[in-house]
Amino acid sequence: MSEETVSALALTELPSKRALLKPHRIVLMAIAAVLVFCIVWFMRWDWVPKYSGRLVYGVGVTLLILFTTSILGFLLAVPIGLVQVTGPWPLKLLARGFCTIIRGTPLLLQLWLLYYGLGSLFPQFPEIRNSFLWPYLREAWPYGVAALTISFAAYEGEVMRGAFAGVPAGELEAARAYGMSRFTMFRRIWLPRAVHRALPTLNGETVLQLKATPLVATITVIDVYAVISKVRQETYITYEPLLLLALIYLCLTAILVVAFRYFERRIPTRGA
Amino acid sequence: MADAGSLINWSLLALEPPGWGGVLLAGLWQSVQIAVGGYALGLLLGTGGAMGKLYGGPVTKDLLEVYTTVVRAVPELVLILILYYAGTDVLNKMSAALGFGSVDISGLAAGIFVIGVVQGAYSTEVLRGAIKAVPAGQMEAARAYGMSPLQVMRRITLPAMLPHAIPGLSNLWLIATKDTALLAVVGFSELTLVTRQAAGSTKAYLLFFCAAGMLYLLLTLLSNVLIGIIERHYRRGLTRHA
Repeated sequence: MSEETVSALALTELPSKRALLKPHRIVLMAIAAVLVFCIVWFMRWDWVPKYSGRLVYGVGVTLLILFTTSILGFLLAVPIGLVQVTGPWPLKLLARGFCTIIRGTPLLLQLWLLYYGLGSLFPQFPEIRNSFLWPYLREAWPYGVAALTISFAAYEGEVMRGAFAGVPAGELEAARAYGMSRFTMFRRIWLPRAVHRALPTLNGETVLQLKATPLVATITVIDVYAVISKVRQETYITYEPLLLLALIYLCLTAILVVAFRYFERRIPTRGA
Repeated sequence: MADAGSLINWSLLALEPPGWGGVLLAGLWQSVQIAVGGYALGLLLGTGGAMGKLYGGPVTKDLLEVYTTVVRAVPELVLILILYYAGTDVLNKMSAALGFGSVDISGLAAGIFVIGVVQGAYSTEVLRGAIKAVPAGQMEAARAYGMSPLQVMRRITLPAMLPHAIPGLSNLWLIATKDTALLAVVGFSELTLVTRQAAGSTKAYLLFFCAAGMLYLLLTLLSNVLIGIIERHYRRGLTRHA
C-alpha cells in the first residue's frame, strides 16, 4: 500500500486548528456541545466509576499489545524486506509468499487459526506439554501477540522492500568504493537509509495496528474492548459503553499521531 | 498422539451435508455479496464525500471532516458494533413510529450498510486525493466552455482522476473483502463464522481455518488479476509512474 492509501485508512494527521473561530464553526461547536450535554445528561453513565479501574487496565493491555507487536513486527519486517530485494531466490520466494498469504486473508481468521488451530494441536504432543513453554501456551495472549506481529511484519515488510529497493544505487556504490565490506555497507548505509525512507509510513501502519488490536478480545484476551463487552453483558446497556470505547480509541489515535509528529519533526524524513 | 495421516480428514470438506464444503462455499458467497454491496455503497458515499470535501460549503466540509476523522481513528470492529446496533435500532423505532411494528432486518442488508459506511470514509479520502491530482487547468477549461458543475464532474473530473484513484480503490476492495470477516463478531454467518462453526462441531480446527484461508486467498488473487487488467486499461496512454 502506498503512503496515500495508508493515510486514507488510518488517521495520520490531526485536523488543523487554524481558523477555529470562524462563525460557522462556532455554531457547529455549539450544536456539538448541546449534543455532548444531552449524551452526558440523558444517557446512563453511572457504571463508569465501578469499571474505571478495569478500563484503565484494559487501555494498558491494548497499548502494551500495540507496542510489543509493532516493535517485534518491525524487527521481522527488516529481513523480510531485505531478502525480497537481495536474497537468494528460495528466500525471496518464501518472503513474497508469506506477504501474499498474510495480506490476502483476514486477520480475524489468522487469529482464530492460531488460537483454535494450534491451540488444539499443541496438547496432542507430550513434548510440548512438558516443556517450559506450556504454561504460556495455555494462555490466549501469546497467540494474539503472534498473529498481530505476523500481520504487522507482512504489511511493513512490503514497505521495507520498497525502502530497500529505493535507496539510490550511487550511495551503495560510494560505500563499496570506500572499501566497506558488504556487512559494513549494510549496517552503515543501506539499513539506516531504508529505515529513514520507511519512517513516514510507520505512523499510518501503527494506527492501523491500533485499529486491529480489539480483535484479540475474540480470543479472550482482556483488552479495553473486552472490558467494554463485559460492561455491556453485565449492565445490559447497549450504546453508552460503545460510545465511550469509540472515544477512548479516538484519544489513543490522537495521542499516537501527536507523538509521531513530534518524532518526525526531530528526524527530517522527507528529505531526498 | 495421532500421526499426521489421521489428523487430516479430507472427507470433512465434501460438498454434501456430512462434509462442510458446501456450507463454507455458501459462507464465501455471503461474504462476496456483502463485500460487493458494501464496496459499491462506499464508492457512492465516497464520491459524494470527496466532492463535498473539495467543493462543498464550509459546514459540509467540516461535517465530512468529522466523519472521515472518526472512521479512520476508531477500529472497524467498534464501528461495526455501533452501526449494527444503532442502525437496526433506529430502523425498528422508525417503523414502530410509522405503525408497521418491528421489522426484521436482513443480516445481508445490515452488513452491507455497515461495511459501506466504513468504506465510504476510506474512499472519500482516496478519491479526494485523486481529484486533487487532476490538473486544475482541465477543470477550468471545462468551466470556461460553459459546462455545468455536474457536466464538469461527469466529463472531466471523474474520467481524469480514475487512473490516480485505481491503486487506492483496488486496495479498498481487498480491505472490503477482509472486513467482511469482522461481521462474524455480530453473528452474521459469513465465511469466517461458518468456518468457526464447522471447526467447532468437528474439532478439525486447522483443516477448516486453512481451507477458509485458501478461499480468501483465492478471492484476493483473482481480484488482483482483474485489478491488473482494469489498471492497464485505464492507464493506457499515461506514463508509467514509479
